[in-house]
Amino acid sequence: MTTETAVEIEMITVVIDGFDVTVPKGTLVIRAAEKLGIEIPRFCDHPLLAPVGACRQCLVEIEINGRAFPKPQASCTIPVENGMIVKTQLTSEVSDKAQKGVMELLLINHPLDCPVCDKGGECPLQNQAMSNGREQTRYEGVKRTYEKPFAISSQVLLDRERCVLCARCTRFSEEIAGDPFITLNERGALQQVGIYEKDPFLSYFSGNTVQICPVGALTGASYRFRSRPFDLVSTPSACEHCASGCAMRTDIRRGKTLRRLAGEDHEVNEEWNCDKGRWAFKYISSKERVTHPMIRGDDGELHEASWPEALARAAAGLKGKSAGVLVGGRSTIEDAYAYAKFARMALNTNDIDFRARPHSAEEAAFLAFHAVDTVPASLANTNRPSYRDIDRADHVLLVDFEPEDESPIVFLRMYKQARKRGLKITSIASVASRGSEKLGATVLSSLGLLASVGALTEKSVILVGERAAEVSGRFTELIALAESSGSKLGWVPRRAGEVGALMAGAIGNLLPGGRPVTDPAARVDIQSAWGVEKIPSIPGRSTAEILEAANEGRINAVIVGGVDPLDISADALSQLLNSSTFVLSLEISHSAITAIADVVLPVAAVPEKSGTFLNWEHRPRTFEKAITDSLTRSDTRILSALADEMGTPINLPSATAAAKELQSIGLWDGERSVRPSADVIHAAELKAGQAILQSWRLLLDLGTLQGGEENLAGTARPAEVVISQSRANQIGVVNGNDVMVSTERGSITLPVRIGEISDSNIWLPRNSVGSQCVASLGAASGLIVTVVKA
Amino acid sequence: MSKLSPVLSAHWDEPDSFTIAGYKRHGGYNAAIKALAMQPDEVITLIKDSGLRGRGGAGFPTGLKWSFIPQGDGKEHYLVINADESEPGTCKDTPLLMANPHVLLEGMIIASYAIRANQAFIYIRGEVVHVVRRVQQAIAEAYSAGLLGKNIGGTGFDLDIILHVGAGAYICGEETALLDSLEGFRGQPRLRPPFPAIAGLYARPTVVNNVESIASVPAIIARGNDWFQTMGTEKSRGFTLYSLSGHVTNPGQIEAPLGITLRELLELAGGVRAGHTLKFWTPGGSSTPLFTAEHLDVPLDYEGVAAAGSMLGTKALQIFDETTCIVRAVLRWTEFYKHESCGKCTPCREGTWWLVQIIRDLEAGKGVPADLDKLIDITNNIAGRSFCALADGAASPIISSIKYFRSEYEAHLTHGGCPFDPMASTLFSTAVHA
Repeated sequence: MTTETAVEIEMITVVIDGFDVTVPKGTLVIRAAEKLGIEIPRFCDHPLLAPVGACRQCLVEIEINGRAFPKPQASCTIPVENGMIVKTQLTSEVSDKAQKGVMELLLINHPLDCPVCDKGGECPLQNQAMSNGREQTRYEGVKRTYEKPFAISSQVLLDRERCVLCARCTRFSEEIAGDPFITLNERGALQQVGIYEKDPFLSYFSGNTVQICPVGALTGASYRFRSRPFDLVSTPSACEHCASGCAMRTDIRRGKTLRRLAGEDHEVNEEWNCDKGRWAFKYISSKERVTHPMIRGDDGELHEASWPEALARAAAGLKGKSAGVLVGGRSTIEDAYAYAKFARMALNTNDIDFRARPHSAEEAAFLAFHAVDTVPASLANTNRPSYRDIDRADHVLLVDFEPEDESPIVFLRMYKQARKRGLKITSIASVASRGSEKLGATVLSSLGLLASVGALTEKSVILVGERAAEVSGRFTELIALAESSGSKLGWVPRRAGEVGALMAGAIGNLLPGGRPVTDPAARVDIQSAWGVEKIPSIPGRSTAEILEAANEGRINAVIVGGVDPLDISADALSQLLNSSTFVLSLEISHSAITAIADVVLPVAAVPEKSGTFLNWEHRPRTFEKAITDSLTRSDTRILSALADEMGTPINLPSATAAAKELQSIGLWDGERSVRPSADVIHAAELKAGQAILQSWRLLLDLGTLQGGEENLAGTARPAEVVISQSRANQIGVVNGNDVMVSTERGSITLPVRIGEISDSNIWLPRNSVGSQCVASLGAASGLIVTVVKA
Repeated sequence: MSKLSPVLSAHWDEPDSFTIAGYKRHGGYNAAIKALAMQPDEVITLIKDSGLRGRGGAGFPTGLKWSFIPQGDGKEHYLVINADESEPGTCKDTPLLMANPHVLLEGMIIASYAIRANQAFIYIRGEVVHVVRRVQQAIAEAYSAGLLGKNIGGTGFDLDIILHVGAGAYICGEETALLDSLEGFRGQPRLRPPFPAIAGLYARPTVVNNVESIASVPAIIARGNDWFQTMGTEKSRGFTLYSLSGHVTNPGQIEAPLGITLRELLELAGGVRAGHTLKFWTPGGSSTPLFTAEHLDVPLDYEGVAAAGSMLGTKALQIFDETTCIVRAVLRWTEFYKHESCGKCTPCREGTWWLVQIIRDLEAGKGVPADLDKLIDITNNIAGRSFCALADGAASPIISSIKYFRSEYEAHLTHGGCPFDPMASTLFSTAVHA
């Protein structure tokens, strides 16, 4: 990271309740008071939203250079000025009376339903009514009531009579998420939050409105009436759903996760998160959880077994075999390190890969060359961006990466800058997504067209997604582009564990700490750290190669750590079905792999263990065990026990031990890996009616970890197929008509949307309801498909 | 010397006063031609020096407002005319536009030229369909006559005027709410700063002026400041339209120099309705604190009315005689403010809703005298605490009426209801009783 440029910020000193406080110019009075520990009550004020001054709860007396405002002013809207003297409720009777008066007015129509309200116990209205309200109301009339609750989406419910109309939710939706699906309707005492009847609140970020609602007006359908805040035990945590790296808070009651909230980290997610991070946690308490070790018996069925039995059986199945390890993209760095060490020490192989998705050799080379941390920094590519670089960028280039779907906090950060200062954004994508439209991005179909939007500079940021592995030559081109322009190039994989797994050495060409397998000095580092004479020196196979080798019998044992075979390829499962291959599955829930595994070992889900994810910036996101009385074990602990059983101990009894060991090994300080090099492959000739399949995963889809949360699924964007106008003309369809996309393997039929897409392409959601490209068509992208009117 | 000073209303009695021919017959559009030959800054200075103040209620100097528009900033500038006349009792812009829409258009040409705007808007309340049609007709006539559009009168100055019809919300008379509404949003007042002069309509420098303010401009250009300053008082120069309504013999608009008194105006209007005496009146619409007979000689200019504890406002003089129940009148006004509160801020939204309930109970004789103090306290928690001036307006009749007529409120409580005959205050009561 580059050092901050020192900017002269004018400081201003004001007097609040008799105390001097010096704050940067532009600071609002309410915030300056906070610095003194003086809390002025407020509802509509939120530090990350533009001031609005609507609730009038924060009224204070202000004078500037001896001239007093004739009326109390809303301290949330007035910036400090030199010579300003502020008297809050603590020193001014006028301020105190004004605040008590507003509070009384807020309460005349607010129901006294705190005992049954989700917000009761953590409610700013409740708290501030106690601290800044009258003892008794003077209101004698009948309170305003509405039909309740009103579902503004399947996951957000609105109790209008509780609403204080602070407009935090509507302002968040417009200013932060760019999804103005909710607005204030009607006027006067009938003003209320609402939706346009044909457009429910389909925002990926809607849950934040529930969190910032200062009363119980907006509630999450899944949490409503489930708990009282004072019965919850809260643990700071990190989100396991993507590589954005949100700080989170997990609330547990009696061993069950009841709620997850966005945590505060102003370098990363500020105070926001996406709805997947907030609400997709039912998988933890799913009925499909694997609860006991299982062994496949002679009858061909899985039977529950004790841990010693299962470990013995697994050890026997692996020992002396030629084995491969599929880690999956969701491991913590500690667990990934355990897999990496286990593969090298217990299985004597580099055949390990965390990429449970389309991947390429070019990608592996790119990751080793550009995406790993090494020391000294000058040796490696220091030109990797962070969130802060997005804040300062003059141009952000997105390549095969849809931030709103694939890393939503990256999207919010970019949207903030796009809204604030019109940040220039260009996206190399097959089709203009809703996210691109919101960002005002120029969408280009290929890197070759980049010149049309102007050159990149040293202040530019390039963000490349994991789907670049599906385009031969892409990484090679991007390295050249970054080097020639001086722009920072960041790799943003979709899953939370990939960056950590890369740094832990859970890939065939790298050892822990970014060490090239092929470099003898790198191997010596690891050998000495592990106390072994030798580790394998041949670069390992990739995921696809491991499966192919298993199919052909060259590998006869595979360890699978929570991988959905359909994420890899249409053939992955059948490749594992080779009867001579021993399959050991470590997973949290029953899956396609469970069905064919010889031994299944249950592992802990994220709230049941501690660990660390590295987000896309390589920023550690450490979390503690939230469900403290969980009996499930982490992958690390299980692999360590299994290694003991095999007689080749890896000595990693806990995540802490793994983290310490990885830390002590440190980063690679030797020669850099060789740069990626791959040719651009030109598209095949298409016959009439044919097209090339393009796809990506929408944020809310059929992802494994979203299982069991129907309220969340209800806000997923409906699947549709996108084709160009000329293709629509050719096959005779208009928007909304059904179109069938097919290959020899199968077909997908969906309503069509005519969009900005090249005539040779069609686009489908990769893994949504009614559109599972790999299962139905045979691949996720690049495939030639036939498109006809259904 | 006549107390009248007909300028805007000079030719309202001519059958074709609203047509371009009728307007031109009396020198219409000559002021625009004169102004377009001046430098824009000269026009601003002239209006600044004239002492013309905003006729929409606040009395802000018109020329000064124009001078706030940053010049040479490379941005579009806009002139927006506030014709959303909705204040109870106020009826000056509507008859003016009905009888003489061209005087507004001429003023707009001059003002737009001065502030370097090539696009101007008239935001008119939608209820007055007949006025909307006349203004539309006038705009069309002005375009045909080459007084609007490209290269006006060969001067190279371009101006387009768009007439926007509001959907019926009092709050849209507040200038920033008007701008939001004009942009297509729900009309709610905006946070200031930025002020409209810096970021108004579509975030561009914008002048928002009342109809009468702009309509006063052509006469000043044509006849000069010396003439203009012969009328009015030291700080309130010129002529203006006073609207008399209620218990007055000849209700309507009276154009007179600023500083005239109600006593003089009542003489011109034939006095309070026959057989009755003045009880209370509003100097500038329902949002201005009430006056009583003791204020008959207060000079009706910006300073005079303020010194007497009220505001000149829109010069809407609603006259109430002794048959009127003060509680009933105040309740009607309060119901209006409750209905028109936009809902943005707590004190106004919740407060006006509550005030109606309290006053309704008082009118029905429910409660104890201490409830009056509660009413005053709650009203004071609303006035001066809300986002815009709407709630201040709502508080004015309540506070001032209790000040002058507390015993009448209390009489409702001892009487167990309203002691007045509501029929007696109606304008047709004399007919019924006769």
